[in-house]
Amino acid sequence: MNVLVLIKQVPDTTDVRIDRETNTLIREGVPSIINPFDTYAIEEGLRLRESAGGGTVTVMSMGPPQVEGALREALALGVDDAILLSDRAFAGSDTWATSYTLAAGIRKRGEFDVVLCGKQAIDGDTAQVGPGVAKLLGIPQVAYVRKLTLDGKRCIAERMMEDGSDVLGVPLPALFTVVKEINEPRLPSLKGKMKAKKAEITVWGVSDLEVDDSEIGLDGSPTRVKTIFAPELRTNGIVFQGEVDETVPLLVKELVPILKTEI
Amino acid sequence: MSSIEVLEERCVGCELCIKACLYDAIEMRDGIAVIKDNCTLCGACVEPCKFDAIILRQEKREAVELSDYRGVWVVAEQRAGVLHDVSFELLGKGRELAEELSVELSAVLLGSGVEDLAPQLIARGADRVYVVDEPELEHFLDEPYSNVVAELIGRHSPEIVLTGATSMGRSLIPRVAVQVKTGLTADCTGLAIDDKERLLLQTRPAFGGNIMATIICPDFRPQMATVRHKVMSALDADPSRKGEIVREKMDAVLLESKVEYIEFVKDLTQTINIADADIIVSGGRGLGGPENFHLVEELAEAMGGAVGASRAAVDAGWVPYSHQVGQTGKTVQPKLYIACGISGAVQHLAGMQSSKTIVAINKDPDAPIFHAATYGIVGDLFDVLPALTKSLKAEL
Amino acid sequence: MDHFLTEEQEMLKELCAQIAREKILPMREELDESGEFPWEIVKVLAESDIYGVYIPEEYGGFGGGAFEMCIATEELSKVCGGISLAFAASALGAYPILLFGSDEQKRKYLPPLAAGEKLAAFALTEANAGSDAGAIETRAELDGDEYVINGTKQWITNGGEADIYSVIVRTKKSAGLRGISALIVEKDTPGLTFGKRENKMGIRASTTRELIFQDCRVPKENLLGREGMGFMVAMRTFDKSRPGVASQAVGIAQGALDEAVRYARHREQFGQPVASFQAIQFMIADMATQIEAARSLVYSAARLVDSGAKDVGKASAMAKVFASDVAMKVTVDAVQILGGYGYMKEYPVEKMMRDAKITQIYEGTNQIQRSIIGSAVIKESAAEERKGK
Repeated sequence: MNVLVLIKQVPDTTDVRIDRETNTLIREGVPSIINPFDTYAIEEGLRLRESAGGGTVTVMSMGPPQVEGALREALALGVDDAILLSDRAFAGSDTWATSYTLAAGIRKRGEFDVVLCGKQAIDGDTAQVGPGVAKLLGIPQVAYVRKLTLDGKRCIAERMMEDGSDVLGVPLPALFTVVKEINEPRLPSLKGKMKAKKAEITVWGVSDLEVDDSEIGLDGSPTRVKTIFAPELRTNGIVFQGEVDETVPLLVKELVPILKTEI
Repeated sequence: MSSIEVLEERCVGCELCIKACLYDAIEMRDGIAVIKDNCTLCGACVEPCKFDAIILRQEKREAVELSDYRGVWVVAEQRAGVLHDVSFELLGKGRELAEELSVELSAVLLGSGVEDLAPQLIARGADRVYVVDEPELEHFLDEPYSNVVAELIGRHSPEIVLTGATSMGRSLIPRVAVQVKTGLTADCTGLAIDDKERLLLQTRPAFGGNIMATIICPDFRPQMATVRHKVMSALDADPSRKGEIVREKMDAVLLESKVEYIEFVKDLTQTINIADADIIVSGGRGLGGPENFHLVEELAEAMGGAVGASRAAVDAGWVPYSHQVGQTGKTVQPKLYIACGISGAVQHLAGMQSSKTIVAINKDPDAPIFHAATYGIVGDLFDVLPALTKSLKAEL
Repeated sequence: MDHFLTEEQEMLKELCAQIAREKILPMREELDESGEFPWEIVKVLAESDIYGVYIPEEYGGFGGGAFEMCIATEELSKVCGGISLAFAASALGAYPILLFGSDEQKRKYLPPLAAGEKLAAFALTEANAGSDAGAIETRAELDGDEYVINGTKQWITNGGEADIYSVIVRTKKSAGLRGISALIVEKDTPGLTFGKRENKMGIRASTTRELIFQDCRVPKENLLGREGMGFMVAMRTFDKSRPGVASQAVGIAQGALDEAVRYARHREQFGQPVASFQAIQFMIADMATQIEAARSLVYSAARLVDSGAKDVGKASAMAKVFASDVAMKVTVDAVQILGGYGYMKEYPVEKMMRDAKITQIYEGTNQIQRSIIGSAVIKESAAEERKGK
């Protein structure tokens, strides 16, 4: 069983604050972490390798050189090897170009039975790269998987929907995106951490991949960011101050029409 | 290849670009701005530079023939013969966009034995419904569903395709976007038309709602976007509306699925989903303890609303996590949100700031929550809440 | 303060902190209440290789020494001084084998201990023999190729949970300390049963239990070292392990200080955080200074132990006595800073205060430590005088 896990390094967004004076993000001291959903994908990869009784788990990521840190964290968990797709030419990729580049990386890596991703990344929240990669590789996909079991040459996947679960039989190779209900990720081991520190990480740039220059990076991205702005705060709200018997009736007067007409 | 460059002779080392960079991708070396490897070429630094020292060169690329694409589409979602509300909401928004563009609004309906759902889509604003009714489409499977949608896009060339950001939509539509090679923007909170360029302006939160980005897809068609449930407003059903129902046939090969549908298991342990509530009353640290949460519950009950909570209240163990509103909890967009004793940390605001009407009740007049509020009362919760509950009960 | 940890030591510290934060923190309150043994945490520690920290690489360990042991124990104890014992007490049981075991004994017992598949325990204390180790009454008599053990050990940490016991027994009736020996006893040996499980004030997630030997026969190969070396085995073991207890104390103290400072920053009285009052600031200053002094002393003692120095008894005792007294004082002050809240079980500081107390008592009471230190200092002075100064 050869498993490929796609991971992303993200800023720990719960810590990101915006500076209202300058309308810019305060990034100081915001740590970079493995996208939390991807940690479940890594764990599931390790479990698949264990239940299949052998094989390899490879993590792959696309991004600037500092993503190496995230890959080493994955190696410390027991992943066999790590590949980083890194090149200035990949800069500005939207989800289309990212899917395209990752699919090229997976093709170069060669044989795999299962590709795993987290359901989405917490910085972009798009959930688009997994299905995009599956389509580009021409393999079936199941998103939002909460349970995955090996069943001979195929996998039985439980897909989490709003009202329950769809149970699906999936021939391999296939791609799955996983939700956090699927498992409880393990912690690294000391030996794993030591090994990860010394491990060699394969880095592939644009010349290592079979890609069309016009399909990667900003040029290969159909979407463009037009503007970025801070969400408006309502500054013209009405605030009532005073005794309760004055303020409450004023608020009720405003709320009653809303409750009667809008809801 | 597109590239970004700092003109060293113009750069004065003022660091304005560093402040503007969203990705921490610029640093100062010897008083000159240097763009680092993690630059995404987003261009956020270009305008803030008062000395025009940053140049973003975007490669010209060949666009598809944009005028070949006309019309606004909504990919409707049905499960077990029931249409999802998000489809109606998208039709509401789609109607607006279609009128602005002076084009028709169409819905796409996939399934088995679903044709009689089509009139509902027309009643909610569709001019036309493309129906693909095949036994193979009885259950949602990514391959046939995406093949069919991509095939229909190929046949009819819409300029805009909207899909609900549900489990199904978010699984299916990225596959379609790759297949037809176009851009896709997830979880839009705002959709508008740029008249001059005839472009769909797709606005969505980035970095957990701390910042908003408007995304465009200038050179490819259709322009595709997903929108979450409860973000847009549906039109009232008008059964007298007229529309066309078009049955589309598909090649058998497009309906094939390598994945086999085995069964559906209903989730019996469904928790209260506050995301679906129209009215939410939330309590925070200001309540002082779990024993006072009944004040919030009673107010919610008086209006038929749900109970939410801030992270502080959940972390303190006063309320279960399923009630948490905010970036690490649920994102909610009710029609009315009442925050009681919640100071308004960014992480909470991210989860509720697009609610239609926000009411803040807090004893601290300087609490940030008042900046986000439509109405506010400065006062003691223990006096205000019972009084408010009492008079609302009397009025409703 | 920078203690100049190596990269590997930093890694160990970071990993233990992660385990403490992610796995121990969510369980500590419940286990303190129920007094159940933390098997789930044992599994996590085992999978993370923590049980092998102080065991040489040739026996499947990490190859660290007393210092690495201290780093791990301190980090785990910051969150829960009771759960950390599931780790530290196993090391105490393993040290006799590590120090005095034959190659064969080491190869048999150390690898499963390093992997955390098995836990160890150390059994010395009896009802009538606490500080006075020479008074032990549990007997082991050689009968053919086997020792036959009879007697009862009391307050044995990890008792009943551990698989491997290093037991101090009397092999000669009258020879005082020279009549004492150390034996390895495996859990499933017939004649070994476990008695009363103690209901303790603190470190409640750690099991403390009686070991009852009734004609319990173990092969004579299970003797550690030679007959009569038992007291030495115990003392050398304590020399090695005392920095560990001391670092448990440092960890508990640091955990309590962290809680107190966090509380003081957020708790408002008279319209301002209580941390802005000098009365509180001075308490915090003293607590932080004492902890840092204790940590420095503990680390120095552990490094001395690892240097292979011959006489480490005094340094080990100093570390243990000082750090445990600091832990007691700091946790009491932490409860004070939290005021009424500190006294409530809702906040963890009262638990830390209960946990801290044992560090002044076990592995040699602080009174015994002081007599070790006192006699060592006096001996040193006498020796210098003899040299003719």
